[in-house]
Amino acid sequence: MTNYLQIDPSPRTALPLRAGLGLKPEHFRDILDAQPSLGFFEVHAENYMVAGGPFHHYLTKIRERFALSIHGVGLSIGGEALLDRAHLERLKTLLDRYQPESFSEHLAWSSHGQNFYNDLLPAPYTDATLRRVCEHIDQTQSALKRSMLLENPATYVEFEASTWNEADFIAEIVQRTGCGLLLDVNNVFVSAVNHQRDAIAYIDSLPLAAVGEIHLAGFAEDVDAAGARLLIDSHGAPVAEAVWALYEHTIRRLGPTPTLIERDQNIPPFGVLLAEARAAERIMGTVGTRHAHALLEDV
Amino acid sequence: MEAFAKPLLDPGLPPPTGLKAWNGSDPAARYAVYRNNVVISLIDALADTFPVVRQLVGEDFFHVMAREHACKHPPTSPVLAFYGQNFPDFIANFEAAASLPYLADVARLEWAYVCAFHAADAQSLAPQALSGLLSQPERLSLARLHFAPAVRLIRSRHAIVSLWQAHQSEADWSGIDPSRAESVLVVRPELSVQLIPLNGSAADFLGEMMAGRSLAEAYECCALDDPPDIAAIFSLLLQTHALTALSLIDG
Repeated sequence: MTNYLQIDPSPRTALPLRAGLGLKPEHFRDILDAQPSLGFFEVHAENYMVAGGPFHHYLTKIRERFALSIHGVGLSIGGEALLDRAHLERLKTLLDRYQPESFSEHLAWSSHGQNFYNDLLPAPYTDATLRRVCEHIDQTQSALKRSMLLENPATYVEFEASTWNEADFIAEIVQRTGCGLLLDVNNVFVSAVNHQRDAIAYIDSLPLAAVGEIHLAGFAEDVDAAGARLLIDSHGAPVAEAVWALYEHTIRRLGPTPTLIERDQNIPPFGVLLAEARAAERIMGTVGTRHAHALLEDV
Repeated sequence: MEAFAKPLLDPGLPPPTGLKAWNGSDPAARYAVYRNNVVISLIDALADTFPVVRQLVGEDFFHVMAREHACKHPPTSPVLAFYGQNFPDFIANFEAAASLPYLADVARLEWAYVCAFHAADAQSLAPQALSGLLSQPERLSLARLHFAPAVRLIRSRHAIVSLWQAHQSEADWSGIDPSRAESVLVVRPELSVQLIPLNGSAADFLGEMMAGRSLAEAYECCALDDPPDIAAIFSLLLQTHALTALSLIDG
């Protein structure tokens, strides 16, 4: 396989250009016993903000053998309030301990007032939100002393107050903060269906050079009040065919890129997830390599 | 954001204004996805921490009880492993569960289990440290024990350990008398949490030791007619890595 980094001398990520899986406690032993060939594992930061015990024991052993991505779900970067300094401190401790190749968070909010809502909630795309998100990313990157990847959201509503389209809004954040992107292709598809956007045009208008990681996942089907299709980002099913197709398009544009198969509900045996990771690597190996050859011929 | 946040946990409030959908459909149905995600994820978090409570009351009852708790007492931290600290007290005051007087204590046991599971690792006390002291009764009486962060003592007027153990498999629990008092020491010798049933005198004694009293003081607090078996208790504490240090109280 062509080494994409030899062609593009500015690596977008320290993760291997391969597929990875979310690390689930029920798979700890299988992974250590079988030592699967896999690019990386990803964990939710908040699950490891505990003092000790088996989670740290196994993550330490797995981290010795695999590249690691730490993915935050609770920083509330899109929130109105100041970032929670205690939470930022916990993140710093975790990142210092495990030295992951990648750290990412969401363009969303999850805390308001005293409450933590445990969901990735949407914000209107306005100048005020833009300033706030950029301040929060600056604050995060300087507290953690590293750059982060920001993930595009899956959303179910739009705001009358929005004055930006989402892709431009994200491009502006990348431009202002220097953060990278975690391109969640499933989220792109879910939001495209939910808001009747063109998923390919959306991807093509993002600053793709900033993409350091891709997420793939499955969604659930629902309908809105008018009976129109409403997709829910459930992380509870295999990656859908339409999302694989969109992934192929993305890899054709980007070349091989670290790709996570996300599964947080209805977790199947490890081998089933490994097969999805292999499918992503096959696409990187065929489509992504053609991309690399095309680049070489251009030179 | 306040307007978006408040109705998430208050089904009585209308959804926020200012939302829209591409097809002009009522955004309330779309907002309901967020409401559902929030509430279900919090119920799931409680179900993860309190699996035996859930089995004891059944899926539907648990759902109602957990939903009410989540809406009244949502988490204040993104670290959801520790969401549910107040759930046992909530259960104790949940009228619909009043016919299950043991339920709140089973929840306390499950909370202790989760705390022990995630507690800080600690270097356990070498058995020699204790054996040296056992030959010097005057010094031994002044000894104070330091317990590992994982260690918890739960004392209940109900058969919480028997109920908990019966729900670790498909075992039949109809033979358990829930009104039998039981106490338990929660320990984590390596990576697995263990629940060690204790008799009343051992629980009394350990309760005093964990409160920081010297061995002599703790022994005096125990009932004369049922003295604790100190040698057996020490052996248990060493085997389960429950101790980290010994110190002597200045006599």
